[in-house]
Amino acid sequence: MADANSDTSPTPRRSNRRVIAWCMTGVVGMFAFGFALVPLYDVFCEITGINGKTGGRYEASSTGQVDADRTVTVQFLASNGPGMSWEFRPVTRSIKVHPGEPVTVNFFAQNPGDTPMVGQAVPSLSPSEGTPYFHKTECFCFNQQPLEAGESTEMPLVFIVDPELPEYITKLTLSYTLYDQSQHIEVSGPVGAGASTNKNG
Amino acid sequence: MAVTGVFMSAVADTHSQEHHHGPAKGISRWLLTTNHKDIGSMYLIFSFAMFLLGGSMAMVIRAELFQPGLQIVQPEFFNQMTTMHGLIMVFGAVMPAFVGLANWMLPLMIGAPDMALPRMNNWSFWLLPCAFLILVSTLFMEGGAPNFGWTFYAPLSTTYGPPSTTFFIFAIHIMGVSSIMGAINIIATIMNLRAPGMTLMKMPLFVWTWLITAFLLIAVMPVLAGAVTMMLMDINFGTSFFDASGGGDPVLFQHVFWFFGHPEVYIMILPAFGAISHIVSAFSRKPLFGYASMVYAVGAIALLSFIVWAHHMFTVGVPLAGQLFFMYATMLIAVPTGVKVFNWVTTMFRGSLTFEAPMLFAVAFIILFSIGGFSGLMLAIAPADFQYHDTYFVVAHFHYVLVPGAIFGIFASAYFWLPKWTGHMYDETLAKTHFWLSFIGMNLAFFPMHFLGLAGMPRRIPDYALQFADFNMVSSIGAFMFGATQLLFLFIVVKCARGGEKAPAKPWDGAEGLEWTLPSPAPYHTFTTPPDIK
Repeated sequence: MADANSDTSPTPRRSNRRVIAWCMTGVVGMFAFGFALVPLYDVFCEITGINGKTGGRYEASSTGQVDADRTVTVQFLASNGPGMSWEFRPVTRSIKVHPGEPVTVNFFAQNPGDTPMVGQAVPSLSPSEGTPYFHKTECFCFNQQPLEAGESTEMPLVFIVDPELPEYITKLTLSYTLYDQSQHIEVSGPVGAGASTNKNG
Repeated sequence: MAVTGVFMSAVADTHSQEHHHGPAKGISRWLLTTNHKDIGSMYLIFSFAMFLLGGSMAMVIRAELFQPGLQIVQPEFFNQMTTMHGLIMVFGAVMPAFVGLANWMLPLMIGAPDMALPRMNNWSFWLLPCAFLILVSTLFMEGGAPNFGWTFYAPLSTTYGPPSTTFFIFAIHIMGVSSIMGAINIIATIMNLRAPGMTLMKMPLFVWTWLITAFLLIAVMPVLAGAVTMMLMDINFGTSFFDASGGGDPVLFQHVFWFFGHPEVYIMILPAFGAISHIVSAFSRKPLFGYASMVYAVGAIALLSFIVWAHHMFTVGVPLAGQLFFMYATMLIAVPTGVKVFNWVTTMFRGSLTFEAPMLFAVAFIILFSIGGFSGLMLAIAPADFQYHDTYFVVAHFHYVLVPGAIFGIFASAYFWLPKWTGHMYDETLAKTHFWLSFIGMNLAFFPMHFLGLAGMPRRIPDYALQFADFNMVSSIGAFMFGATQLLFLFIVVKCARGGEKAPAKPWDGAEGLEWTLPSPAPYHTFTTPPDIK
C-alpha cells in the first residue's frame, strides 16, 4: 500500500524523506543532549556550587588578608558508604577559623579487615551556598587511599574559607563519605574513570 | 485475538465491496498490514489489553491496601506491582491508545489516503508487543520484576535494582523506538498529506494537538533512552553516571528523568485535549469557541513543559532561586490550561446540549481534570510541597489528571468514533452505565487519597498506620468498582463491533470534520482522491 500512497496522495509539499531527516536530526540531537546533561550538570553545579560538591585543588593565588574580625565554625563529618568497613572519623570535629587563614585538620582511617583495601572519600558541603567559598589546598579526597590489613593512617585536609563568604553564613559543615574502591581499582585505574567528568574528589 | 477478528470484521466486510486490493486473509493481514485503520485498531486493542493488565495490578495493590497489615502479597511483590502498574499504564495503555486514535483518525481528518510512512507504521506497532513481552516477563525472573517505582530513580534502580533491570531497560528502549517512529510518521502525515486547501489553522484540533505531541515525543523520548542507557552502563559496564563513589551523582538521574518525565505527562494529555474539543463542540451543536487560542494554548503548554521539571524535585535540595523559578514556571502552565477549560465551558454555554456517552465522558473530563489541575497547583507551591511530597496526595493528583484526563478522554473518543469504525451504534444505555460506574468508582477510589496524603500517608507502601484504614477501604471499594466496570466497556465495544443499529455517515448531528463525510464504517481505503476543503 506504500505504492498506492505515492500514486494517489496529493503532491506532498515536502517530501517525507525531508521530514524524516529533520526528525531524525532532532532525535539524535536530543539523545546527545541527554548525555550532554552529564557534563552540563557538573559545570552548572561547579559555577553555582548548588549541590555541595566542593571544588578541586585550590591554588592559593593571594594568601593575604586574613579577616581576623570574623569567625566561622567549620564542622566535620565522616561516614562510610555502603559496604565500607573502615573506621573513619575526623580527628577534629569542629573548629573555629578566620576567613583567609589556611587551616589543617586530620581525619583518621583504619582498615580493620584482613585484606588490603582502597578507599575514596567524596566531600559534600552544607549549606551549599557556601561551596564556592570553601577552598581545599590539600585534601586526602584528591587521591585514593590504600590501606593494608589492620593499617591505620591520619589523612590531612588543608583548607581556606574565602573572606568573600556571605555574611549570613556562620557555620559550614563538611561531610565526607568513604567508598570502597577495592574492586574498581584493577579495572578502571584512577577514580572517576567512569564516564563522569567530575574529578572533584 | 478473538476480539481482533470481531472488531475488524466490519472493516473487512466493507472491503469486499471495494474493487482494488484489500486486506489479506488470516493472521498475515495483521502481521503485514500497512493500512492505517488496521494498525489503529491493533494499537487500540493492544492498549486496552495493557489497560486490563495494568489495571489488574492496581487491583492487587488496592486489595493489599484494603486493610492495614500484610494480607495478600509480600512487600517485595507489592513494589513490583506499583512499578509495573505505572509503567504499563503510561507506556502500554495511554500512549498506544492515543497513537491508535491518531492512526485511525488523522488520515480521515486531514483527507489523506493513509499515514505517510505505512511500513514504518506497521513496525512501530509490532515493536510494542515485543517490548511488553520483555517487560512483563521480568515478573517471572529470578529476583522479580523491577520494584523501584515507575520513576526508576538511581541508585534504587542501579545499585539496588533486581537483575531483571537490564531487561526493563531494553523494554524501555524498544518502546522508545516505537514511540519515536510513531511520532515521525504523524509529523510526516500532517506535514505532507493534508488535503489541498487545509491550511495549518484549518486543521481539526485533534490533528493540532497530535502534531505538538509528536514534537514533544521526538524531543524527550531520546532523553529517556539516554537515561536508561546510562543506567545500563552503570549496571553492566562499570561507569559512574549516577554513582557517587565514582564521581557521579544520583541527583543527576532525577534531572535527566524529569526532563523527559514532565513533557511526558503532557504527551499523555494533549491528544485528549484535542479529542475533547471535537466532542464538546459536537454535543453542544456549536463551533468550538476560540479555536486559535486553543492552538496557541497547546503550544504554550508544550513549551512550558520543558522548563518545569524540577518541581518534581523540590525536596531533593534545590536552591531557593531554583525553587522560585520552577514554582512560578509551573504555575504559569495553569494559564494556557485555564484558557482551554474556559473555551470548553464557553463552547457549551447556551449550546443545545445533549449528553450521550462521549459527552458525559467529556464533561467529566473537564470537571475532574480541573480538580487534578488544582491539586497540581497546590503541589507546585514549593514550601507546601515538602508536606505533600511522596504522599498519597501526589497519587491522588496524578490519578485525577490521568484517569479522568487521559483515560476518560480515550473513552470519550472511542464512543465518539466507534460508529465510524464499526458501522454500528454502540448500546447507549450500557455506555451510560459504563460512564456512571466509572465516574463513581473513580472518584471513590481517588478522592479519599487526597485526605490520606494530607494526613501523611506515604505512597508506595504495602502497609499503613491504623488511622488511615477507613479511607483506604473506601478507596479500594471504588477501585474494584472502577476496575470491574472496564469489563463492561470491553463488552460494549465487542457488541458494537458485531452488530447493532446501523450507523449513518454522521451519527452526531453537531459533529464536524472530514471523517463524517465518509460512510460508516469507514471503507478500507479512504480519500484515495483528496477531498476539497472550502
